Amino acid sequence: MQIIESAKTYDVAIVGSGAGGGMATKILSEAGFDVAVLEAGPFFDPKDDEYRTQLRWPWESPRRGASSNRRSFGDFDAAYGGWNIEGEPYTKEQGTQFYWFRSRMLGGRTNHWGRISLRFGPLDFKRKSIDGLGDNWPIGYDDVAPYYDKVDKLIGVFGTRENIPNEPDGFFLPPPKPRLHELYYINGARKAGIPVIPSRLSILTKRINNERGMCFYCGQCNRACSAYADFSAGTCLIFPAQKNGGKVQLFTDAMVREVTTDENGKATGVNYINKLDRKEYHLKAKVVVMAASACSTARILLNSKSSVHQDGLGNSSGLVGRYLHDSTGASRSALIPQLLDRDIYNEDGVGGMHVYTPWWLNDKKLDFPRGYHIEVWGGMGMPGYGFGFNPNDLNKVVGGTVGGYGNSLRDDVKRYYGAVLGIAGRGESVPQRDNRCEIDNEVVDEWGIPVLKFNYKWTDHEVKQAKHMQDTFEQVLEAAGGTLLGDKPGKDRNYGLTQPGEIIHEVGTTRMGNDKRDSVTNKYSQLHDAENVFVMDAGTFVSQADKNPTWTILALAWRASDYLVDQVKQRNI
Amino acid sequence: MDRRDSLKSLLIGSVAGGLLVTGCAPSVTEADVPAEPELPGYGRNENEKLHDKKVLAEVYLNEHELETIAILCDIILPSNAEFGSASDAGVPEFIEFIVKDMPNHQLPIRGGIAWLDSYSNKLYNLEFKKLSLDQQKTICDAIAYPGKTEPDLMPGEKFFTRMRNLTMTGYFTSEIGVKDLGYKGNMPNVWDGVPQEVLDKHGLAYDPDWIAKCVDQTKRANIAEWDDQGNLLN
Repeated sequence: MQIIESAKTYDVAIVGSGAGGGMATKILSEAGFDVAVLEAGPFFDPKDDEYRTQLRWPWESPRRGASSNRRSFGDFDAAYGGWNIEGEPYTKEQGTQFYWFRSRMLGGRTNHWGRISLRFGPLDFKRKSIDGLGDNWPIGYDDVAPYYDKVDKLIGVFGTRENIPNEPDGFFLPPPKPRLHELYYINGARKAGIPVIPSRLSILTKRINNERGMCFYCGQCNRACSAYADFSAGTCLIFPAQKNGGKVQLFTDAMVREVTTDENGKATGVNYINKLDRKEYHLKAKVVVMAASACSTARILLNSKSSVHQDGLGNSSGLVGRYLHDSTGASRSALIPQLLDRDIYNEDGVGGMHVYTPWWLNDKKLDFPRGYHIEVWGGMGMPGYGFGFNPNDLNKVVGGTVGGYGNSLRDDVKRYYGAVLGIAGRGESVPQRDNRCEIDNEVVDEWGIPVLKFNYKWTDHEVKQAKHMQDTFEQVLEAAGGTLLGDKPGKDRNYGLTQPGEIIHEVGTTRMGNDKRDSVTNKYSQLHDAENVFVMDAGTFVSQADKNPTWTILALAWRASDYLVDQVKQRNI
Repeated sequence: MDRRDSLKSLLIGSVAGGLLVTGCAPSVTEADVPAEPELPGYGRNENEKLHDKKVLAEVYLNEHELETIAILCDIILPSNAEFGSASDAGVPEFIEFIVKDMPNHQLPIRGGIAWLDSYSNKLYNLEFKKLSLDQQKTICDAIAYPGKTEPDLMPGEKFFTRMRNLTMTGYFTSEIGVKDLGYKGNMPNVWDGVPQEVLDKHGLAYDPDWIAKCVDQTKRANIAEWDDQGNLLN
């Protein structure tokens, strides 16, 4: 089989169409570059009825929205794929655990994410200076702040000005009012001495331009918005870039195998497999932007071996794939007796919580480093597969018979509908050199590409943080008047700490730094080893804060794109 | 439509399409051949469409099993004055599909029905579906209450719990069930906080400082503008 050569040479090949790839597409195409975007999955536009899952009823799905190997988060979730993708496996080192969520589609995981859009604060870029662990970023908050501002204004995020030092304010749209269970949370948290503020989500509670609609409060952002009223890379970056007349060529179902390089080690383009005809193509480009997600980018770079880059492209430090880290997670829930047999009204609201607790103990000496924020869930949501299972198990808590049959089951279900308040912590882990993904030399995917093997273990830091979460959850839920559900997970269960990868905030595999022996890219996300290759996904993160990574991916991708344009103008690339 | 009729339509509708074609009576012309079973669109990609088509064409549960399931569904959730029963809400059809779609249900459902018939034969010398409703309920009483089941009847409890789960979820995700539950969302609207009478009932009030920062829904259509400090101007 011969590799089919593209006739044209693009100015930039962008690998991946999620947050980072979407931002690169917009900024670089608007700077006049001729851009090719390669996406490993199919086209997707939530406005088109063919793709729409928003506002569908559970009975429209024969499995009532249940999750499957084809959509891990259920039939109505917008993310194709998930923890497993047929034909594209990954492996794990024995005795270690990692869950890898991939979404193969235009816009990638931005189609379904929680829209929690938090800026990293000044402390988050310099944690080593505080606790001596891990490493500082080569940049600080002031370097990124102008780009956070621009992202806020371009894409839209609601929130409130709170003047909390490590939770920088931005250009916010106004937030929605709290729901009833959120008022119970606010009361509980305040009694426990823990702050609560309006959440910060990239959802348009107010019009931001004439191209995108406003939120109509269906609570279904995870299904992707047909009005484009929340952020996803397709609807907010790639489609607008195309409409603005940018030269953007989309290659969907294009699975990139490697970045090709010349005898000097500079990139010449990418080789990809067209999933529809299963043939391999070479797409020529003067610059390559890697934005395939932290682990996919590491995989492609490690598979891009040449006489110049013998251990893989950008890997002279040996760090590609290393320092992989995910957020910590733990959760607890409680029955709120006052919410039994509650009045029913439409409280769908925006997709996700209206209130949250930012990390509040930066000044305290604790037995673990770094912190976590608290997310809140509950309410009278739309039923899906699993709703009504064990319809009266909560009788164990409030009294009454468990099990049975007959019309009383209807009453049981209604009594408990919307009566549970859940909270979850999302925290910062300490990056470890040995936590990594690497190429598994024995296994290939269906395209013949060697797959990733994960090797990741939590340390004591994360376990202790989860213990602190559990103690806090208990305190807050009891103060909210709740009856705690389930057992408090103890040391034997790592205090309910989620498995690595499960929070889907994996970052760090191509971290940035000033010393090329100790980092993969420079502070502008440019490979130390090849000046015409950039990484614009979360691979460049030195540490991840307790914040969801998307807003920082967007800001850094914009910053890197500006630098790229400047370097091309100065003929340095 | 009585239970037996509805079951017949269930069998013709979603299971036997393929059987009718292979039966191939001479009078069946090309135009009469039912098309391959296909669902209305619900945002599927190509891979998913293929999967659904494959599952729809499969047959797993037999007629006897489906009849037994329909009876159990309506014991678990009969009709009341206002709303229909589980089978009125299409729960047997849902279960027929879901055991094909989630093969982990297959053995427990098939084996559970066989256990139920065996136990029924032991007590009454009749299979479960042929018992009187009172006799059926006597058996259900022995397996419907976790924690109170005789050790020998534990397979029955496990089966009944699974059937109750599938029946309840099938019902409350159906059109009738969602109406019965009273869920009011899944439609465009403008959220402007918890209704005042609900706040009053809970003895709660919005914090005025908090509310002052929230969206003024009368201005939601005005394009946002800020000053240099990030204060929203409109």
